[in-house]
Amino acid sequence: MDYFTLFILILDSTLRVSVPLVLASLAGLFSERSGVVDIGLEGKMLAAAFASAAAAYVTGSVWIGLLAGVGVSMALAMVHGFACVTHNGNQIVSGVAINILASGLTVILGIAWFSRGGQTPPLPPSARFQSLEFPGAAALADVPVIGGIYSELLSGHNILVYAAFLAVPLVWWILYRTRFGLRLRAVGENPEAVDTAGISVAKMRYMALACGGVLTGVAGAYLATAQSAGFIREMTAGKGFIALAALIFGKWRPVPAMLSALLFGFLDAVAIRLQGVSLPLIGEIPVQFIQALPYVLTVVLLAGFIGKAVAPKAIGVPYVKER
Amino acid sequence: MSTASSVLKEGRLPRWAEIALLPAINVIVALLVGGLVVVLIGENPLEVVKVLLWGAFGFQEAIGYTLYYTTNFIFTGLAVAVAFHCGLFNIGGEGQAYLGGLGVGLVVLAFDGQPFYVILPLAMIAAGLFGAAWAFIPAYLQAKRGSHIVITTIMFNFIASTLMVYLLVNIFIKPGQMSPESREFAENAWLPFIHEMLGWFGISFEPSPLNMSFLWALALLVLVWLFIWHTRWGYELRTVGQNENAARYAGISPVRNIIISMLISGALAGFLGLNEILGVQHRLLLNFTAGYGFVGIAVALMGRSHPVGILLAALLFGALYQGGAELSFEFPRITRDLVVVIQGLVILFAGALEYLFKPQLLAIFRRIALMRAGG
Repeated sequence: MDYFTLFILILDSTLRVSVPLVLASLAGLFSERSGVVDIGLEGKMLAAAFASAAAAYVTGSVWIGLLAGVGVSMALAMVHGFACVTHNGNQIVSGVAINILASGLTVILGIAWFSRGGQTPPLPPSARFQSLEFPGAAALADVPVIGGIYSELLSGHNILVYAAFLAVPLVWWILYRTRFGLRLRAVGENPEAVDTAGISVAKMRYMALACGGVLTGVAGAYLATAQSAGFIREMTAGKGFIALAALIFGKWRPVPAMLSALLFGFLDAVAIRLQGVSLPLIGEIPVQFIQALPYVLTVVLLAGFIGKAVAPKAIGVPYVKER
Repeated sequence: MSTASSVLKEGRLPRWAEIALLPAINVIVALLVGGLVVVLIGENPLEVVKVLLWGAFGFQEAIGYTLYYTTNFIFTGLAVAVAFHCGLFNIGGEGQAYLGGLGVGLVVLAFDGQPFYVILPLAMIAAGLFGAAWAFIPAYLQAKRGSHIVITTIMFNFIASTLMVYLLVNIFIKPGQMSPESREFAENAWLPFIHEMLGWFGISFEPSPLNMSFLWALALLVLVWLFIWHTRWGYELRTVGQNENAARYAGISPVRNIIISMLISGALAGFLGLNEILGVQHRLLLNFTAGYGFVGIAVALMGRSHPVGILLAALLFGALYQGGAELSFEFPRITRDLVVVIQGLVILFAGALEYLFKPQLLAIFRRIALMRAGG
């Protein structure tokens, strides 16, 4: 295999593994820019993956699956809001609770409903998102360079992949070009000012959490009904935390967050390819080293050694209205 | 009379209600919601409770197992609590415990030809030291550079887990074996089991994994209590936790206390390695922390970061873990994962929603106080 084809293949799998990271980091972006820490991305994604696979299996419709995933993820986001916004509870504690709840509930309900050790039955093709072929992809496949890029890299993904990457400019537009976005950012920086302007801080934060709930729901549905054919216990395997890392690495901005998610996805794709491969000059790189890189890079960034990641000012602080 | 007036005038709950009644209500609500999940699955919650209790306390072996799990939860619960007192949220107990186990493993693999009284102190020091070292970097970054400790400790959990996979797969793996485990330790290095220790006094007890580290956990409960409430260091640590600026004006260094509390926290989590590696598994292996670090969060929240509360909460979770293992024998549709659900609910209700019922409780106390004042 020539290097160009290898490169295209790695980029292709980078796109696929980055999708949940992109979606979840955008979800975290909504929540955290409104001032609510979202450690629960992992749990919401896991619960959504289970709900979407279960609903898609029972109804046979992938779209009902997607809807179920989004619904469950939204419900958990509202629990987070109830605890942290309405009752001024600790946002980190609430996030941890959501992660652990999701991890337990998905397995216990999975066993009760499907008796397969916590998995859902494999989904038939009709209950999964199928890949879309671009017009002329097959015809162009043999053309050098362009064929590789167009037919292999751009064409042939399922609709959620395109949706995830289209969501990035959309979120950017919402955040920086709409009144809702302005208020959302303001509520995360200076909630007192927003309150003085007569806008409800709680309402803004609930709306931000709802947006995040939708996005983590889609991310979960992607894992169970697009990338795989069903739910497997703990199938998110830390992706929610990598997404959180990508969000921080992207300094809480949409496009850099997507680029970080792509970088972390690329590392993941490379790690799989490099297993047992000896590179010239360097020799064999341990897979675990590449797997740990996203976490190490995030710590280094947080330490302020490569630029400074400045969190939204009011993040993590419950807003208590003065009386 | 004074209680009644503080309820009426300042809208404050009596102290006992604040520290005991409110948390108890929260835990009961969490357990009730857990019961709802059981109903949803289609089983009878009362039957489940019966099996749980029998599985946790019904026979000697069960009690041994319950206390063995309790040991782990005391270590990780104390770890979370000490950091809480300094105003820090240490989610990294899982990684620190993992490294603590690595420390124990390294010492024992190097010295297990030596007599037990040489190995034991070395293993204890290694467990604490490795756990503390893994907490040090997040602590330093928080104290000196303001990097959020929640995020860095989460990242360090993942780094610990990849590090351990690397070490076990590439370095410690026993030659000629597929599963990534070290060789078994020589038997003289193992921590004595409690049933063996009881045997020395002529008391017979069914074998269980409960070992000497349980006694160390109990001792640590007392030591942490002394440290937090009866030493100057503990006082400084709590001051930083309550108000960093006030502490600074009083000449107490937040940087120093953040680092000290995290080192202690990491060391406490690291001791889990004693129980799991030196007490039970007798070899270095993957994933022996099995989420115990996260249970520590629930234990500390439920126990209000007080050693007495932590002991009770650790005992409850120990019983749930052991009793939960029995559930799958009796109910084909329920597994131990039910305990994970309960754990999540406890964290939600006793932690994030800790004041959910405070207004109602306050209203009840008001009414009682008014009735007393009127009658």
